[in-house]
Amino acid sequence: MAIKKFAVACYDDEAVLFPAVKSVRHSGYKLHDVYTPFAVHGLDTAMGHKESDLHVAGFIFGLCGTSTAVGFISWILTSDWPINFGGKPHFSLPAWIPITFELTVLFAAVGMVLTFCYLNQIMPGVKKHVFHPRQSDDWFVMAVELNDHVNEAEVVNFLKSTGAVETSVQVAEDSWWYGRFDKTEPYQQLA
Amino acid sequence: MHLKYESFVREPLVDGNKDYHQVTEDIIGPIERKPGRMWYVGFIFSILLLGFGIFSVAWEVYWGIGVWGINRTIGWGWDITNFVWWIGIGHAGTLISAILLLFRQGWRTGVNRAAEAMTIFAVMCAGQFPIFHMGRVWDGFYVLPYPNSRGPLWPNFNSALLWDVFAISTYFTVSLLFWYSGLIPDFATIRDRAKTKTRKFFYGFTSFGWTGTAKNWQRMEMLALVLAGLSTPLVLSVHTIVSFDFATSVIPGWHTTIFPPYFVAGAIFSGFAMVQTLLVLTRKILHLEDYITLGHIEAMNKVIVLTGSIVGCAYLTELFMSWYSANPYEAGAFKWRILGPYWWSYWAMMTCNVVSPQLFWFKKLRRNVPFTFIMSIVVNIGMWFERFVIIVTSLYRDYIPGSWSYYSPTWPEVGFYLGTFGLFFTCYFLFAKYFPVIAVAEIKFILKTSGDGYKNKMKTIEEKSQEEFAHEQAEHH
Repeated sequence: MAIKKFAVACYDDEAVLFPAVKSVRHSGYKLHDVYTPFAVHGLDTAMGHKESDLHVAGFIFGLCGTSTAVGFISWILTSDWPINFGGKPHFSLPAWIPITFELTVLFAAVGMVLTFCYLNQIMPGVKKHVFHPRQSDDWFVMAVELNDHVNEAEVVNFLKSTGAVETSVQVAEDSWWYGRFDKTEPYQQLA
Repeated sequence: MHLKYESFVREPLVDGNKDYHQVTEDIIGPIERKPGRMWYVGFIFSILLLGFGIFSVAWEVYWGIGVWGINRTIGWGWDITNFVWWIGIGHAGTLISAILLLFRQGWRTGVNRAAEAMTIFAVMCAGQFPIFHMGRVWDGFYVLPYPNSRGPLWPNFNSALLWDVFAISTYFTVSLLFWYSGLIPDFATIRDRAKTKTRKFFYGFTSFGWTGTAKNWQRMEMLALVLAGLSTPLVLSVHTIVSFDFATSVIPGWHTTIFPPYFVAGAIFSGFAMVQTLLVLTRKILHLEDYITLGHIEAMNKVIVLTGSIVGCAYLTELFMSWYSANPYEAGAFKWRILGPYWWSYWAMMTCNVVSPQLFWFKKLRRNVPFTFIMSIVVNIGMWFERFVIIVTSLYRDYIPGSWSYYSPTWPEVGFYLGTFGLFFTCYFLFAKYFPVIAVAEIKFILKTSGDGYKNKMKTIEEKSQEEFAHEQAEHH
C-alpha cells in the first residue's frame, strides 16, 4: 500500500510476453505484475507464482457446511423437538443427506467466492490503477517497479528491447484496499 | 509460436479471421450502441406480460387459492407443473458451464454466459410457483429454520418439500456466484473502454476493481474449476430432489425409483431446448454468428437427441413397470393416462418428446437453424406436457371413483404462467443489452487454438513431416 513509480511495457502477443517476463526476472529488476485480458496459461509459473491454494478454502468451508447441517438437524430432531414420524428413529441420517449435501455446496461456494474476492482484493466499489486501458482488451501489460537502485531510462530502454509495443512511466498506488489509500506515504517522500 | 493446437477434424469455434481486439469489439460493441427497435418492442411486451402476471398473482393472493382451478382431488395443477418446467429449464446453464468445463469441451465458451443467465432467470421464475401455491404467502417464511415463537417449532427436515427449499435456494445462489465471477473480467473490459460517465460508474462498480494480474487469473481458474466440481453434483441433485417431491409419496404413477434419473434427463433436454430458442434469436439479433456457430448449435442438438432418447426410454420403462409390478393401482394410473379424458396431454408429450427429437439423427437437420428453432419450441411444449401428465393425470383418477375429477386452469393460473414469461424475458432483454452475452475472456482464451484464422496458420505445421518439425523445434530453442 504505497505510491510507487513504475515502468510500464505493453506487448501485443503472448509469444513476445513470455521471453520478456523471463528476461526481466533475469535482469534483477523488480517485476511488479503482468496484466492480461484473459488467463494466459503458464504465465503464473513464468513469473514464479506458486499454485493457488484456493481449493483448500473451499474444502474447509464445505466441511463447515456439512457439520452445520448434521449438527443442527440432529440437535433439532433428537433433542430440541423430537417428532415421531411413523415410529422411525429420531436420528434418521439418510433422510438428512439432501440438506447436508446442499449446505456443504452452499458453504463451500459462498466461502470460496468471498475468499477469492479477499485474496484478489476485489469488492464492489474498489478502484485500482489501470496501467493501460488495453490490458483488458488485447494487450499484455507488464509493470516494473522503479526504485532508488535502478535508472529509469535504462529500465525503459531495456523493456523496449524486449519487444514492447509501447512503454511509459507511471506513478501509481501499487495495490488498493478499503480505507488504506490515505494512510500511505505520498510519493515525494520516497524519491 | 503456439504449439498447442487442435486437429483440423474439429471445426473452428470462432469463425472469421479475428484477433483479440475484434472479439472485444464484436461482443462489447452492442452494449455501447443504442438497442434496435426489436429490442424495445420485445422489452415492452415482456414488461406488459410481467404486469399481467403481477395482477393475476395479486388477484390470487387477495381472493385465495380458490380462484385457481385446482380442487380437492387435483391439488397440484398448473402451478407445480410450471414450477417443475421452469426448474428443468434452469438446468442447462449450469450443465454447460460446469459439466462441460470438467469435460474440457471448448464449445461451451460460446454459449455458457447466456445459458447461465437463462438458468438464473428460469430458477427465479420457478421459485414463484411454490411460494404462491402456499396460499397464505405472507407466512412463507415459516419454511425457514429459525428460532421462532411457535415452540420453537422447526420445519420437517425429513420432508422432500423442505429438501426442495434448500436445493433450489442453494442452486440459485451457486449458479449466481458462478455466473457473476465469470462476468467480473468482462465487466472490467467494458469499464476500461467506457466513454460515458454512467457506463464508467456502472461497470466500475460491477467489475469490483478487477485488473487481471497473473495471480488474479490463476485464482479465477481455480475458482471456476472448484465451482464446476461443486456444481456438477449440485445440478444433478436439484432435479433429483424435485423428483423426490413425487417419488417419496405413495401416489400410483409417482412412487417410482426411476424418477431421479428420468427427471434429470428431462431437465437437461428442456434446458438445452430453451438455450437453443434464446441463442438462435440472440445470435441473429446481435450478429454473433461467428461465435455461436452451426457447430455449437449442432453440439446442443446432439445433447437434445441423447436426452430425448433417455426420456423416451424412461416413459417406456414406466409403462413396463406398471404392468410388471402387477399392482392394479399402478396399472390403472397408466391406463387412465393413456386412454382417459386427458389422453391428448399424454400423446402430445409422446409426440413432442420422444418422436420429434429423433429427427436430429440427421446431420442436415441438426445444422438447420430454422428447424432447430422450431424443434426447440416443440420440445419445450412437450416437456411442459410431461410435467402436466405426471402431476394432473396421476391425481385425477383417485382411489375412490367418487372423488374422480377433471381440471382446467382459470385465468389467474394462466396469467401467473404468462407473468413468469414476462419476468424471464424482461430479465433476458436487460441481460442482452447491458451484459456481455458471450464470455469475452474465455473466447480470447480459446481463440489461438480454436479460432478459424489461427487454425489455418497451423496448416503448414501439420503438413510437415514429424522429423522435419522436431528438427526445427530443436534449432528454435
